[in-house]
Amino acid sequence: MIRTENLVFEYIRRDEEGNVEGITRAVDGVNLDIKPGQFIAILGHNGSGKSTLAKHFNALLYPTEGEVFVDGMNTEDDDNLWNIRQEAGMVFQNPDNQIIGQVVEEDVGFGPENMGVPTKEIWERVEESLNTVGMLQFRKSSPNHLSGGQKQRVSIAGVIAMHPKCIIFDEPTAMLDPNGRKEVIRAARALNDVEKITIILITHYMEEVIYADKVFVMDKGHIEMSGTPREIFSQVDKLKELRLGVPQVTLLAHELKKSGLPIKDGILTKEEFVQELKRIKGI
Amino acid sequence: MLRDITLGQYYRADSVLHRLDPRVKLVATFMFIISLFIVKNFIGYIIAALFLVTGIALSKVPPKFIFRGMKAIFFLLFITMLFNLFLTPGKELVSFWKITITYEGIKMAVMMAIRLVFLITGSSLMTLTTTPNNLTDGLESLLRPLKAIRVPVHEISMMMSIALRFIPILMEETDKIMKAQMARGADFESGSIIKRAKSLVPLLVPLFISAFRRANDLAMAMEARCYRGGDGRTKMKPLIYAKTDYMAYAAIVLYLVLIVVFGRILF
Repeated sequence: MIRTENLVFEYIRRDEEGNVEGITRAVDGVNLDIKPGQFIAILGHNGSGKSTLAKHFNALLYPTEGEVFVDGMNTEDDDNLWNIRQEAGMVFQNPDNQIIGQVVEEDVGFGPENMGVPTKEIWERVEESLNTVGMLQFRKSSPNHLSGGQKQRVSIAGVIAMHPKCIIFDEPTAMLDPNGRKEVIRAARALNDVEKITIILITHYMEEVIYADKVFVMDKGHIEMSGTPREIFSQVDKLKELRLGVPQVTLLAHELKKSGLPIKDGILTKEEFVQELKRIKGI
Repeated sequence: MLRDITLGQYYRADSVLHRLDPRVKLVATFMFIISLFIVKNFIGYIIAALFLVTGIALSKVPPKFIFRGMKAIFFLLFITMLFNLFLTPGKELVSFWKITITYEGIKMAVMMAIRLVFLITGSSLMTLTTTPNNLTDGLESLLRPLKAIRVPVHEISMMMSIALRFIPILMEETDKIMKAQMARGADFESGSIIKRAKSLVPLLVPLFISAFRRANDLAMAMEARCYRGGDGRTKMKPLIYAKTDYMAYAAIVLYLVLIVVFGRILF
């Protein structure tokens, strides 16, 4: 679905006369290969280059070196631009700054309108996508009256209405409260399970990545670790080095193991933890 | 609280006038305003008044909402009347000290007052029965011919609707910044006008920065959703004339004929 080859991106800072002041390498030699239908999570602390990387996936940024392919199309080829943006939708961090319409249904219709979809089909798509995220009863509301989680679900519906093959979530939960976070992650998982849409979730909340098929951890523009959530979270010390926390239950299991309890590595959920304790106790 | 402000002054109701195509309402208002300036006698104004009253009755908007807009122009109205009353030359009626009131002056002042009151009432009837969004759509569609002379019609209407969407958000943000600064001892309420205006500067700077940041984010989000200007774009809610819209157009034509015949030619 999405493939990058030695992707490098540099931000060039210029002074007032336009002379180059300094170059920051935000993404440095990234090779990724994401298969259709996967749920991918990209982790990293602030400034690790994860958002910059995400903006390459729907041609909002172009590589300084290397190449990005979306569904076989090179993002640097202008002829592919609108196809790429239709196939790889994007949900951003701030819910207020990505809603264009003054009424929920009008906002969801914005993408299809831009694509030139006939009026009747726009209405069908709007209804269907609002239904998918469970926001159909708010279709006539003003976005200003919705909660953060609801606004973010409207944004997701706006992307689904374009019928993408892949949705990139760029820290969609960073500005939400815990309930809103749950709403959004649930919606993302449902899209992956039911609609088989490839999901790329960029986040710094550990709890959100435990359901991913594959996790990439970024630091200083490099991919430092990759693997299943279990593989990643069994390396608690390495994650701490990268300034990332692990889910509380994983941390507890890790500390218990250090103190001598024969508990297995990479425990992700409370249920798993309870089961493991029972096993040790022989219940 | 700030989330609930209504923009423009739309009054929510379900009436024939609310359901009319915004283009019809824009044309009607425009024609009505023109008619007010071509009328020469009082019979013309009676016809205009009848037209206006019919409109108000059809709109189901309580008259008190319609005349609320009048308060704002009361001062302007007063000054206009005074100028016309004292400065029109003609047959002398009363004269004291350096001031003379003429017969023509009284006539002119009354005409001017009627014109202004009708003008405001007519245009607020339009904004009361049309949502800002609908109005933007109507304008875009009516101004489309200007595209031939390279007026960016679609872009202008897009800018208007984005502005409308962001006004409540920026108001809320202003409120937040004000409270944050008041918590650190800023004073927005006391002192002379100049002092108060100066105290707004530290409020405007963060507000502008945040507005630019929002604009940047929004532009990116729009691009990510395939926005590429007005070409090749379809409409989710296209404007289509219904039977009542044609009837309304007929009513406007009829009104104009009546105005020209009775207000200009016959008397």
